Amino acid sequence: MSVIVILIFFSLIVAIGFLIAFLWAVKSGQFKDVYTPSVRVLFDDQNKIIDDPESKH
Amino acid sequence: MTFSQNNILEKAFCFHCGDDCPDNSITLEEKIFCCTGCKTVYEILEAGKLCNYYSINDSPGISPTDIRLNKFEYLDEEEVISSLIDFKDDEIISVTFYIPQMHCSSCIWLLENLYKLNNAISISTVDFLKKELNIRFFHKQISLKEVASLITSIGYEPLITLQHTEIQKDRISNKKLYYKIGVAAFAFGNIMLLSFPEYLASGLKEEYYIHLFTYVSLFLSLPVFFYCASDYMISAWNGLKNKVINIDFPLSIGIIVLFTRSAGEILLHTGPGYLDSFSGLLFFLLLGKLFQSKTYDSLNFDRNYKSYFPLSVTVKKNQQEINTSISNLEIGDRIIIRNNEIIPADSILFTPIANIDNSFITGESNLIERNAGDLVYAGAKLSGSAAEFEVIKKTSQSYLTNLWNNDIFNKKTDRNFTTFSNAISKYFTFVILIIGTLLFLYWLPYGFGKSLNVLTSVLIVACPCALAMSTPFTLGNTLRIFGRRQFYVKNSQSVERLAGINHIVFDKTGTITQSGDSEISFNGDELNEEQSSLVKSLTSNSSHPLSRRIYSFLPAADMSYVKDYKEIANAGLEGIITEIEVKLGSREFVTGIKNDFGSAPDLSSIVYLSFDNKTAGYFQIQNRYRKGLSEVINKLNKKFSISVLTGDNESEKEKLFQLFGTKSEILFHQSPEAKLEYIQHLQSRGKKVLMLGDGLNDAGALAQADVGISVTDNVGSFSPSSDAILEATSFSSLHNFIGFAAATKKLVYISFGISFIYNIIGLCFAARGILSPIIAAVLMPISSVSVVVFATLSTNLLARTRRI
Repeated sequence: MSVIVILIFFSLIVAIGFLIAFLWAVKSGQFKDVYTPSVRVLFDDQNKIIDDPESKH
Repeated sequence: MTFSQNNILEKAFCFHCGDDCPDNSITLEEKIFCCTGCKTVYEILEAGKLCNYYSINDSPGISPTDIRLNKFEYLDEEEVISSLIDFKDDEIISVTFYIPQMHCSSCIWLLENLYKLNNAISISTVDFLKKELNIRFFHKQISLKEVASLITSIGYEPLITLQHTEIQKDRISNKKLYYKIGVAAFAFGNIMLLSFPEYLASGLKEEYYIHLFTYVSLFLSLPVFFYCASDYMISAWNGLKNKVINIDFPLSIGIIVLFTRSAGEILLHTGPGYLDSFSGLLFFLLLGKLFQSKTYDSLNFDRNYKSYFPLSVTVKKNQQEINTSISNLEIGDRIIIRNNEIIPADSILFTPIANIDNSFITGESNLIERNAGDLVYAGAKLSGSAAEFEVIKKTSQSYLTNLWNNDIFNKKTDRNFTTFSNAISKYFTFVILIIGTLLFLYWLPYGFGKSLNVLTSVLIVACPCALAMSTPFTLGNTLRIFGRRQFYVKNSQSVERLAGINHIVFDKTGTITQSGDSEISFNGDELNEEQSSLVKSLTSNSSHPLSRRIYSFLPAADMSYVKDYKEIANAGLEGIITEIEVKLGSREFVTGIKNDFGSAPDLSSIVYLSFDNKTAGYFQIQNRYRKGLSEVINKLNKKFSISVLTGDNESEKEKLFQLFGTKSEILFHQSPEAKLEYIQHLQSRGKKVLMLGDGLNDAGALAQADVGISVTDNVGSFSPSSDAILEATSFSSLHNFIGFAAATKKLVYISFGISFIYNIIGLCFAARGILSPIIAAVLMPISSVSVVVFATLSTNLLARTRRI
């Protein structure tokens, strides 16, 4: 049964990892602006087409 | 008669901004522009290879306002720079500008590609919802002034005002809430998993594991208790200090009892504790808080006059023009105001004639002509050529800004308003404490341990978490529903207050009248095409506000040359066009007969017209009331008493009585202070007042009223501080909004009822001393979830049936 103790230990480490990832995401401002990135992501492609028309897609 | 403007066959639209082009004379590479400004922007963008701008959206541009070289001169002053920038090191400055013109994806694209226009800009990032642009640039290569000028040159003029430099840091709290929810969710999920063995295999033999699980749970719940729950306890403590029992008080009792009893059970090995219920409770509570904290980022509800005024003004001293910051402006200073600039202090006009736009002050965006020697109030905007003024009062002492010295603006708290939930929690706490003590005494003969168990159980199940969530979810959802209908409410407390109002006060100008859009009619023989083109040609020469209105009212026509054009102040215009003498102006000027005010139906502006000294009739220019106004008033009249306040004269008295009925109180000649005092007077008679206004002159009344709504034609432009912003297009739904707010109040009561049912069920278990952790763990989430589901579903359903 003591394998459960090890499993719990690991599951907690994984969970804490996710918690830290979430806190980091909030801190780095990923929840600050939830709209502009959705528009921005569409630009890059168009940008390439216009900037270097010969590039391979 | 009325003219329609649709008889123009082919209209040319500006390639840059999409506006109508007056003619097709300004072209470049087969593209037509409405003005040289737009053309210049196009040239700049083309040179920077940024024409992709035009491929994302059709004509996305903004026609640039006049660009003066020294407009941003004040951005060279070290003091101003340090107040504006976010940070600075040896190489880089980071600055955030507020850019109200930002409106589409092309704007985002262009503003984020600024580095292509100037190498010294390292990166620029847009926050579209907040309309903010963050720029990082190498300050050794380019100055802040040059950066501001650069973005202005492509049409995006940053709005730099005093208030923006002062407040920008109130958004951190939301971040904290996310942290807390994250921690609570983490603890909730893990503790629940660790509790399962106990629930599922009640006869678990190995004590060792149970203790291990509970110790881990206790460890995980520590941050929940000390970090996530801190706000509730602090709020409850502050309430107690002010001798008020708010909803956070019974919540805190519940939280503390849950945690200490659980910790006690675990440490003494007497039971598994209720830590899963505890962390779940906080998770749900915090979610409710997040749901309630819906904010409209691009809207600003707390503006004071500082957000209207520029940072500095040009002062003329010893023949030199110096930029001086507004706070250093002295009485007697000569200031120079240019087109579209705001007059920062009460002053006297020195230039012979100037056109003043009072839209900031009264909400009415009509131009008014002022002559030398006239007093102009701070907050007015100059339109047309530059003018010189002499300051007679400091900015902070001016007629309008003086209003902000009133105490009402210094009270940050939500006044003496108690929310439903706080009002109820007072009785709730009282009843629970009585029940707890009675049960404690009842069980005392069976042993102290047993009766302590019962007492803590009662306090645990009585923790009004469902109660605490019904308000945020119901009102938070209402807030969102209103937002979808262009009615933006500041917070849920304002919705609650809106539900309780019984008196409505309207401001007239700009609130119930439509600003900018006035009704022009021509009384007399119908003008034929030729005649109307004559009048249009004549008025095209004049910058007088009335001439401009008549000009835009008349249908487009070919312009003819005006010979012997004369404009006589306070009289009118005359000129000879194709051998016809056209006169336009006051009655005396045109017809030679003195004004007898009896002939006109009211005192709206009348402009007479004559051809070759033969009077053809007169133009009548009136304020137009908002669409659907009379229906709204009729509906509101049935439920509320109504007053109308206006700074205007009594010229429209009869029309107003017709609209509002004779029961309503209509007051004329109201100064900003008088409006505020009137609201106070109503409140002293026990009225709960809703005030609707729009200009800076209503700011005091809006702040004093229980609910202040500012009505605006363009959200995000100028609205004084208020509890809510109503877009003019939704004005006709006003009665619906108030009715809906009142109805949601009932929904809150019903969800209170639901949560009480769960409390009573829980109490039954607790009273008998058999509240096991599993019952608490089942009951608590069910009650919370059912309240949340009821609150959101019922508000949405109500919105649909009421057609909101």
